[in-house]
Amino acid sequence: MKLVTAIIKPHMLDDVKTALEAFGIEGMTVSEASGFGRQRGHTEVYRGAEYTVDLVPKVRLEVLVDDGDAADIVDVLVKSARTGRIGDGKVWTVPVDDVVRVRTGERGLDAL
Amino acid sequence: MTPLEIDTGTTAWLLASAALVLLMTPGLAFFYGGMVRVKSVLNMMMMSFGALGSISVIWALWGYSMAFGDDIGGGLLGNPGQYLGLKGLMSATSEVTAGISGDQAGTYPAMAFVAFQAVFAIITVALISGAIADRAKFGTWMIFTVIWATVVYFPVAHWVFDFSAGEHVGGWIANNLKAIDFAGGTAVHINAGSAGLALALVLGKRIGFKRDPMRPHNLTLVMLGAGLLWFGWFGFNAGSALGSGMAAATVWVNTMVATGAACLAWLITERIRDGHATSLGAASGIVAGLVAITPSCSSVSPIGAIILGAVAGVVCALAIGLKYKLGYDDSLDVVGVHLVGGLWGTLSVGLLATDAAPAGVNGLFYGGGLDQLWRQAVGAVAVLAFSFVLTFIIGTILQKTIGFRVSEDDERQGVDEIEHAETAYDLGSFGGVLRSTLSGSAGAPRPDAPKDDSTPTHGKHEEVSA
Repeated sequence: MKLVTAIIKPHMLDDVKTALEAFGIEGMTVSEASGFGRQRGHTEVYRGAEYTVDLVPKVRLEVLVDDGDAADIVDVLVKSARTGRIGDGKVWTVPVDDVVRVRTGERGLDAL
Repeated sequence: MTPLEIDTGTTAWLLASAALVLLMTPGLAFFYGGMVRVKSVLNMMMMSFGALGSISVIWALWGYSMAFGDDIGGGLLGNPGQYLGLKGLMSATSEVTAGISGDQAGTYPAMAFVAFQAVFAIITVALISGAIADRAKFGTWMIFTVIWATVVYFPVAHWVFDFSAGEHVGGWIANNLKAIDFAGGTAVHINAGSAGLALALVLGKRIGFKRDPMRPHNLTLVMLGAGLLWFGWFGFNAGSALGSGMAAATVWVNTMVATGAACLAWLITERIRDGHATSLGAASGIVAGLVAITPSCSSVSPIGAIILGAVAGVVCALAIGLKYKLGYDDSLDVVGVHLVGGLWGTLSVGLLATDAAPAGVNGLFYGGGLDQLWRQAVGAVAVLAFSFVLTFIIGTILQKTIGFRVSEDDERQGVDEIEHAETAYDLGSFGGVLRSTLSGSAGAPRPDAPKDDSTPTHGKHEEVSA
């Protein structure tokens, strides 16, 4: 199994979620995140005092998938989250040892 | 003892105005509260609400008497014993006119004037709190409000607002100097601004001043506050006409146009300097315009008011940068907006006054020469100096004895949690655990209780603030 994690622009979440559901995933976890990459932040001015806001709001999306689906899901994610402008985010995959469904105790692929 | 000839229109407008001005202090709490960080918004608002409590009470006990009792010498102070506890002011006889200032004395009950002036005292004290955001002990602040109002505000209100009438002798700025301060450019704004500067110096800079981001945490609150202040200010200025006639109407219009002009001017200044017109700029410009038109609203024409407001918007927008250059942490710009705006508004009477307006005086630009200008300058400087020196002394004594500033650790943690044991916003999903209710204890132990091995340790989640 693999854990696919994507950091995307918050306003792309609906498009990405729709695309992933169309692909057939069973669930996902979404959390609000802050960060920067090459995009860096932006500048805000309050009563003439200038602030550099380095950490911009992002959405972190996590999906547990079967090894065989991982590459396709990454493709779906990248395609649906892309605007072509700087700050679109990143997607990565890491191996997962075990998964347990809390309610039933099912393990592994059965728990996905 | 002849009963007063009560003018019901005047009385009704005075009482309504008093209620409008009362609303300004909660409005100010929003205005200030939105500008601080999320960890100190409650403390910021509580400094205004605390003043609502303490000044209401001492105004009735001795404040009104100190401000509007017969002068006890030199126009410096009213007789504190004369109306102690507002005694003698409930009977509807002409005897009580001594407690009422102005030409309209006798046309409204003394109590209406007591009410109207009470809310001025409250907001003046509350205004100071913006200079010491994020770092003041609430208990010391409350003691400060009582001492400051007694030692600084009540005497200054006597100087500026207590007009001699009949056998009643009032204060020196109003009657001897004859400076025009219609609704409190000196007594309220220069006074509070100067006091704010003194307290900011006594308490010192916040940890991380000029280094850490201290963005306003909720600009919608700031704009709500600015709106409430503008609304209430019509009572502040037009109510100060002490009548519901021509003067009140002219003052109302001047208050509107000056404020609009200041809002525009602040936004244009920002657009040119920083590239964007901001919501905080609009809210700040509104307050700057309101401050500047306060002393001058009875003595300028609407065109004069627009010029006055526009200048206030530009000057105050530039003045708030001073704290970074000079290195004092006047956190929410009480100096930049109230002291500078109050000075400009008070001096502008000497420049822009026209005898076509209710006050009937000409300023420099209307052929009146320098006569009114020097009177305005003397009044402004006198209040500024008196307030600064006494506030500095009061603040220093409180800081050295019971402590005015919270500890460094507490300041980092946030004054809301330390001083009030509350959190302004419950935004996270990790709530607390109910430990006890009024009807008895239940639930989990306090996280800070002494360790007891027999009690379970769950429920110790610390809420993570955003």
